[in-house]
Amino acid sequence: MIAAQYAAAVWAAARGFGVMALVLLSATVALGLVARSGRSLPGLPRFALARVHGSAALVAAGLVAVHVLTILIDPYAQVRLVDAVVPFAAGYRPFWVGLGTLAFDLVGLIVLTSLARRRIGPRGWRAAHLTAYALWPLALAHGVCSGSDAGAHWMWFVDAASALMVAAGGAVLLGARRPPSPPRPGRSPSRPLSTHAPTTARTEAVR
Amino acid sequence: MTRPGADRGGPRLHIDWTRCEGRGLCVELLPEVLDSDPWGYPIARPEPGRAPGDPSVPAALSEYLDAAIEACPRVALSRRHGG
Amino acid sequence: MTTTAPLPRSTARPRPNPGRPFTPVSPSGRLLAAAAPGLAEHLRRNGPPPSPSADLPDLVEAAGLTGRGGAAFPTWRKLASVGARPIVIANGAEGEPASGKDAWLLRSAPHLVLDGLGLVAGSVGASRAYAYAPPGPGAARLRAALAERGREPVPVEVVEAVDGFLAGEASAVAARVAGLPARPRDKAVRLSEAGVRGRPTLVHNVETLAHVAQIARYGPGWFRRVGTPDEPGTFLATLSGAVARPGVREAAFGTTLAGLAAMAGGLTGPVAAFLVGGYHGRWVPADAGAGLGLTPGPRPSGLAVGAGVVIALPASSCGLGASAAILRYLAEQSAGACGPCRLGLPALADAFAELAGRGNPRAAVSAARLAGLVAGRGACHNPDGAARLARSALEVFADDVALHQTGRCQARSGRPASRGSAQR
Repeated sequence: MIAAQYAAAVWAAARGFGVMALVLLSATVALGLVARSGRSLPGLPRFALARVHGSAALVAAGLVAVHVLTILIDPYAQVRLVDAVVPFAAGYRPFWVGLGTLAFDLVGLIVLTSLARRRIGPRGWRAAHLTAYALWPLALAHGVCSGSDAGAHWMWFVDAASALMVAAGGAVLLGARRPPSPPRPGRSPSRPLSTHAPTTARTEAVR
Repeated sequence: MTRPGADRGGPRLHIDWTRCEGRGLCVELLPEVLDSDPWGYPIARPEPGRAPGDPSVPAALSEYLDAAIEACPRVALSRRHGG
Repeated sequence: MTTTAPLPRSTARPRPNPGRPFTPVSPSGRLLAAAAPGLAEHLRRNGPPPSPSADLPDLVEAAGLTGRGGAAFPTWRKLASVGARPIVIANGAEGEPASGKDAWLLRSAPHLVLDGLGLVAGSVGASRAYAYAPPGPGAARLRAALAERGREPVPVEVVEAVDGFLAGEASAVAARVAGLPARPRDKAVRLSEAGVRGRPTLVHNVETLAHVAQIARYGPGWFRRVGTPDEPGTFLATLSGAVARPGVREAAFGTTLAGLAAMAGGLTGPVAAFLVGGYHGRWVPADAGAGLGLTPGPRPSGLAVGAGVVIALPASSCGLGASAAILRYLAEQSAGACGPCRLGLPALADAFAELAGRGNPRAAVSAARLAGLVAGRGACHNPDGAARLARSALEVFADDVALHQTGRCQARSGRPASRGSAQR
């Protein structure tokens, strides 16, 4: 009895943290899209927006970590430690759980590269950060299809709200007017002054 | 537009122009030192008696200098010493 | 004629009163007289290449040599401050269209350059050396000259330069030599600490290296015998525009613009102004500037000649029009790496295009403002140079700014150019 109650509690916790992680992740991505747009929000200058985005990301990562931990200790879920980082090898719903594993890997990649941004440099950091565009759909699909609350109304509400947040952020990014850079002309060296110098030297003397 | 001369020999803000994209987080954090040019790129407020270059940052704003360096999404800022 | 063994190095120390194997026709025709395309003639005129020694920086400091690539930085400081096991690059890229001195040197005196390159490379303990030259005759001449010399103590590789005005920018040169795109780099990390593949890197203009070789041969005292006490030695200048015989000349520092023009056969007619220092230089009114002595870098009582480019603008040409064309070129030649240059220079060129046309009261204000906006904000000196040119044009051709608004121009009126406000 107690074992069953324990298992049920762990399973509930795993699902609960998973739902919270999805919500926070969606908020993080929405904030990230607004940050990328170069805009600020009312009351939130760009640097503050960037910080809130970073804080939300860390909270989301923490929630994901707890979600993964509770799944691992769940006696009935049959997810081994290796399945937490290696995708598509689990016993239970390998494909959908695998999406979650992939998403978890990307969360780790993005968080670690962001913490080491000064060391890695902007190009490496940006390459890793762009995987967020894959991370969020993976997390959403994982949540929609592998969670056992998939059919419940409140879960659909959560999924819809998450998608809406990200869509709103995307709308801000797409709609932001950036100062257009002037088109770069070709690089042929034109000679503006017709009096250009010939390159033959005269070795005549100076008296 | 000009501001009183900051500490000589104090920290300076160096902008790597090959990385800067004019995102403007630094201008928000150091408005005493930086302004935005017409294209959104940071421009140092003129320091009397100094040619344009890395602007000096008053010691009182040192933590904001660190915040700006950390906040720049292009890792384009760094701290330099010298007068 | 090829030699298989390395050239024997001269072990003699520079002599205070050298018995030179040749006597230049004029005291200032030093590089010109020492120049010889082939190795045999070069050795006959100059003797063997000087030996590297650790006190080369002291020798060069005593001579007072400054860089001939345009920045006029004291050469000894570069030599003394480079890190360990560096790479040395001879920069002959010469992206400035109105400059021909480096091309002339590579064609007519490659061995002088290679003597200097080997000397510097040996003296700073370099492991490798590169000669950066424009593709075509320049690079081909260098390769032929290297083949004549046999094995160099520090191996020299010829690297072909990219095209364009900014081809000679030092950090872009270092990037190209390292096999990367020739893009200027942020100067927070100095080339002398980390350049080509993270190694300390020395980039010297080819003319600077030629002078170093001669200083090591004949001594600092010899070098100082011409020029002025503050600005010793000679420099190569490229003259073009309203002169009778345009081309490359060698002159001593302190020579005036008038003297330089005389070396080029004199002016072909009335001249509105001289552009001194190339497209990143300054306009100088013809009458006021004629008597100023030429100096390597900015000096209170002299005229900075930079890399030696002097263009005489005939009085029949409009200075604002010429400036507008130059600024448009500089904007087009931007590497595009830095926002203020990529965006600001086209705007500055637009403002000048207006001034060169009908103009309006706001265009001059806008141009001055834009020049102030771009100066000092970039990884290389393109925006600084453009701002300098723009500001000097606004000053020297101030009368034209007003005249254009009434449909007139000094060029068309045929009057001699006024002094503008340069006399202040």
